[in-house]
Amino acid sequence: MTDWLLVAAMALVTFSIRYVLLAFSGRIRLSPTLVRALGYVPPVVLTAIVVPAVVLPAGDLWLGWQNARLVGAIASMVLALWRKNLLLTIAGGMAVFWGWQWLMAWLVAQPFLG
Amino acid sequence: MATASDLEMRSPRREALAGARDIIPLVVGAIPFGIIFGTLAQGSGLSFGATLGMSAFVFAGSSQFIALGLLAAGSTLPLIVLTTVVVNLRHMLYAASLLPYVQEASQRWKAVIGFLLTDETFVVTIRRYMQPDPSPHKHWYYLGAAVTMYGNWILCTWLGLTVGQLIPNAAAWGLDFAMVATFIGMIMPYATTRPMVGAIAVAGLVAVLANGLPHKLGLMVAAIAGVAAGFWLETQLIPRSKPRE
Repeated sequence: MTDWLLVAAMALVTFSIRYVLLAFSGRIRLSPTLVRALGYVPPVVLTAIVVPAVVLPAGDLWLGWQNARLVGAIASMVLALWRKNLLLTIAGGMAVFWGWQWLMAWLVAQPFLG
Repeated sequence: MATASDLEMRSPRREALAGARDIIPLVVGAIPFGIIFGTLAQGSGLSFGATLGMSAFVFAGSSQFIALGLLAAGSTLPLIVLTTVVVNLRHMLYAASLLPYVQEASQRWKAVIGFLLTDETFVVTIRRYMQPDPSPHKHWYYLGAAVTMYGNWILCTWLGLTVGQLIPNAAAWGLDFAMVATFIGMIMPYATTRPMVGAIAVAGLVAVLANGLPHKLGLMVAAIAGVAAGFWLETQLIPRSKPRE
């Protein structure tokens, strides 16, 4: 039952982190400076999650064109800027990522490329 | 009265439906992510019930994935919990952004909002909260969006646990890339001002440089560096542009 203990502990700390400020929100006053700084939080945090997943897929920096995650991520960025449609960005990015991954696997399988 | 017609226009039910509708693109992006979580869980030593329980009670995708990885690598329980704290600390920043809008809410609402707080729900609902109309039912918009995300996450975990096991080598398909594409779709609309672009660039760079830090601390370091960079750029750009133009 260690796995349930783990679930309980993770649930407890996660809920506490999410809830504690809300619980005392009646007594907290945020300075305008802090509010301005908080405006940067969502994109900055999401970027800090995404970038390592793209360029460090296995722990080492991989910026080559063979990196399907990198190519898929660039395609997602272009789609997001071009059409501003979230669903299109996700579907298109996935399609490019899978297509590139398949292409790379196919290239590797060619005898003339070793 | 204007407020009365506003109330009529946006009943709690309509707010909830609008929230559920607006989060659908992000739900779609979370589907592969949830399925792959359920698929990978059993291989890492988590039981069927505990995997579903993790999605139902923790409900924080990135930390759930990292926990699986740590479990499979033989990490101890306190270490996994510590990493969970670090990875989920960003939710406290989201909660801080929500503060002005929940101060009048009941403690029950606050608990529900806190329990269901995720990246996706935050990004969608903060826009509704920031709209100037005085609707008293904006929490229902949040609830509609968050419950849609929550139900989908549990359903996809279950699908991964059952159907996912039948797919050969599902982990190698790269389904987790759906999260990358989703997050990029959430980030790009912010990249409209120079300080914001600078903040994003610094966060990405620092995240790569600090990736080797233990317990995924690099995430928090990168987040703080990005916010600081954006804030600094903002203060630099405003006074300079005035005398020159």
